[in-house]
Amino acid sequence: MSSTLRVRVWRGQESGRFEPFDVPRLESQTVLDVVTYIQRRLDPTLSYRFACRVGMCGSCAMTVNGKARWTCRTHVSKVAEDDCLEIAPLHNLPVVKDLVTDMTAFFDKWAEAKGQFRGERRRTDDFARVKPESRERVLVDEAIECIGCGVCYSSCDVVTWKPEYLGPAALNRAWTLTNDVRDVAQRERLSAVAGDAGCHACHTHMSCTERCPKFLSPSKSIAGLKRLVLAAALKGKV
Amino acid sequence: MSSPSPTAPLPLRPHPSSLSLRAQVLLWAAQRASAAVLAICVLVHLITIIYAVRNGLTAAEILSRTTGNTGWAIFYGVFVVSVAVHAPIGLRNVLAETIEWRGRSLDIAMLVLGIAIAIWGARAVYAVVVG
Amino acid sequence: MKNDFRARNHPGYWAFVVHRVSGVALTLFIPLHFWALAQALQGEARLDSFLRWTEQPLVKAGELALVFLLAAHFAGGVRLLMLEFLPWREWQKTLLAAATAFSIVASLAFLLNLI
Repeated sequence: MSSTLRVRVWRGQESGRFEPFDVPRLESQTVLDVVTYIQRRLDPTLSYRFACRVGMCGSCAMTVNGKARWTCRTHVSKVAEDDCLEIAPLHNLPVVKDLVTDMTAFFDKWAEAKGQFRGERRRTDDFARVKPESRERVLVDEAIECIGCGVCYSSCDVVTWKPEYLGPAALNRAWTLTNDVRDVAQRERLSAVAGDAGCHACHTHMSCTERCPKFLSPSKSIAGLKRLVLAAALKGKV
Repeated sequence: MSSPSPTAPLPLRPHPSSLSLRAQVLLWAAQRASAAVLAICVLVHLITIIYAVRNGLTAAEILSRTTGNTGWAIFYGVFVVSVAVHAPIGLRNVLAETIEWRGRSLDIAMLVLGIAIAIWGARAVYAVVVG
Repeated sequence: MKNDFRARNHPGYWAFVVHRVSGVALTLFIPLHFWALAQALQGEARLDSFLRWTEQPLVKAGELALVFLLAAHFAGGVRLLMLEFLPWREWQKTLLAAATAFSIVASLAFLLNLI
């Protein structure tokens, strides 16, 4: 392990180039540390996103050596081969500048998939009672920890090939809501996630599950949606 | 802006597709259903082929088993129909995703392909069952 | 920007590639297959002369490839049907290994019956 990292960082928008930087290599360094060093010490015009720095917010997601990761949780020692790093913005999203992507489409698709809770109880009603060990709640709990970081969306080839595809995150969130026994928008939701732009476009590559930093399985959620939608369609409810 | 009433219906997403949502779901379901049928047909076919090619394969050997045989006629008839359903739907996805061909023209092309497979397949079944 | 092989280099993706390539290849082969069988419409001798043409080593190699592709597409398809319709289990890679093994066994059985 030498004392210098050779880092190539994407500059520009959709068209641009990788710019090389030499960064001192330190113990326990993360990729976010590297990007921060470049922007503070070498080139203040570098644009990138971060917030919490501790693996909770998902803002720092970027493509590192070809794979989407949280840069604050990626140790350089784990990914740098021959002291080299290639850092690019997330895939499948418009590039605003350098390492910053426009997440609008990602969140718009979340809404399109009816990824919002819709209940009918009022403040004056009694609490809904949901047993945590009930079958549906267990399924929800397995998938609920998504923080919308975009890593799965960036890794999904179907998103690349079909720009209208809702994508793993939106569908995963929809799955947590289809299993929420309090939610009353199930019919609209199943219609929203069905079809060529919905869960049926998933080919089970499982790149999403492979890369999710929270170890969620959108693949599992999407398979579940396929079953639910088929059952509903056969009853004429789609 | 006040939040919408909890009981108001949510606006549905527009579906810019040449097929209705229901048709899209049914196409997917048809592909999976035909896949299940084909799983049985292909297993039988693989076993048959591997058995049949022992000591070489002659027309006489094939035709002596298939000619006038209702069982094989039904089996291969079901096989042909399943392929005619399964292959075009699969190819439709492949074409949409690789060369970005979508819309009504692709749907019609795949329908034509399905019909062609059914016709050629029926002809082949007829050839070995009736002769 | 799009993903390259570095992001795609994992079993789930390889399974997809095999399934797609075999599916397209089989779709291209099917019309040929039906045409060949339909030769019987012109009499047994016509089908027989076609079958003798297939005795050439290169054609037999092609047939072996087709058996492999069919077995692979079948096994991969069964895997997908299980993943999509059975309750989810963490067996995707096991199913893939089983599918691969089946494809190789089927191909070997065909090859051994040729020799």
